[in-house]
Amino acid sequence: MYPENFRYTKEHEWVSVDGDTGTIGITDHAQSELGDIVYVDLPKTGTHLDQGKSLGSVESVKAVSDIYSPVSGEVVATNPELADHPEKLNSEPHSNAWLVKVRLSDPAQVQNLMSAADYQSYIGAEK
Amino acid sequence: MVDFGGWDMPVQYSGIIDEHNAVRTAVGIFDVSHMGEIEVRGPEAAKLVDFVTTNAVTKLKIGQAHYTGLLYEHGGFVDDILVHKVADDHYFLCVNASNQDKDYAHIVAHNHFDCTVENAGERYAQFAIQGPKAAATLSKLTPVDLSGIKYYWFTDGEVAGVPARIAHTGYTGELGYEIYVPPAEAERIWKLVMDAGAEFGIRPCGLGARNTLRLEAKMALYGHEIDATISPFEADLAWIVKLDKGDFVGRDFLAKQKETGVSRKLVGFEMRGRGIGRDGYEVFLDGSPAGWVTSGGPAPTLCKNIGLCYLPVANAVPGKNIQIMIRNQPVDAVTVETPFYKRAK
Repeated sequence: MYPENFRYTKEHEWVSVDGDTGTIGITDHAQSELGDIVYVDLPKTGTHLDQGKSLGSVESVKAVSDIYSPVSGEVVATNPELADHPEKLNSEPHSNAWLVKVRLSDPAQVQNLMSAADYQSYIGAEK
Repeated sequence: MVDFGGWDMPVQYSGIIDEHNAVRTAVGIFDVSHMGEIEVRGPEAAKLVDFVTTNAVTKLKIGQAHYTGLLYEHGGFVDDILVHKVADDHYFLCVNASNQDKDYAHIVAHNHFDCTVENAGERYAQFAIQGPKAAATLSKLTPVDLSGIKYYWFTDGEVAGVPARIAHTGYTGELGYEIYVPPAEAERIWKLVMDAGAEFGIRPCGLGARNTLRLEAKMALYGHEIDATISPFEADLAWIVKLDKGDFVGRDFLAKQKETGVSRKLVGFEMRGRGIGRDGYEVFLDGSPAGWVTSGGPAPTLCKNIGLCYLPVANAVPGKNIQIMIRNQPVDAVTVETPFYKRAK
């Protein structure tokens, strides 16, 4: 369920690192708690993100939730599919429904994040 | 689960959109046992209920119900409620959960009549069974001929072998029933309704779908469209105010406001730009703050983002371009006719 090669935040985001590029998304647990997602607000390419700061928001039918960046860096791409198909965040949160790609400014930051096993026990304990 | 006026209630079961669509196309069941009930009994019960509410209680026939306002002297809402006439000397009021104790105290404070007022919430569980297959579902569990109950009428009969008040009322914009049953039987009846509705694809529905359904139908929610600072005329609820019925709490204020006119009024809007206007967001008109969103969100049946807002009365008409301030960005919207959704006859 939770890919081993991702790192996870307490706010239920994930990051997958390939070289100096990090791909960021929200976890399956997050989409399940939010319910039907109907709108996604993402930063523009070129925006600088700080670890732990809001990068945008996702809206379910009922509420707006901030997304916090798991890492610092510059946005190099946003997922073009989500504008018209925000519901993909419910069905494919760990794959096709990634949110943004960033060029990492400090790759060591991923060491602060949880492994898949730690994240799973974290959400288990949260229930 | 969320805390809702002290009740633990599910926001959703299978998902808000799925539940919403089930009610529009088939049937859904809502556990609305949190709703309060107040019973007024005695020779002058009608006089008291008429005195504390805005609609004309004397027009109700036995077995009929109506929507009405419980107002303060200053014209703001204590609550919006349903009044059911059970008998000439017995009225049954269905009130909002979080307002129940306040409503009871308010009614008792005005009880200078020969009747008693009972805060009866604990004696009733309530389910709303709503949608085009609501009658087909409920009819399996009751000997009552549901087709004989007109819209906004009710019958005291049986559901699943126990006494039940079956009202042809609802808060979804669909036809359906609200049934009042003994709490001890509630769980069993819930399961039987689920079984009876299985062939139609019945869904248990939570507060989330209740909100999207009522918003599409432009039904007010206390604490959003109406509260102690809002009058029925402002809330576009003039139809529940019967100024010619005789004296009632709030009448003097409303009679004056009818003459002078209101300065702000509730109006519907649709988003034109990308974004969702939500409860509490500011509304701008020609670059200046002009009002606020009372309820807003996606409308699953209409595939649009809709909402209700207060605006200066001259602009509270369809066809006005407005902006909703969404996270410090103005996003275009336009005022529209309401209700947003109307059931096909």
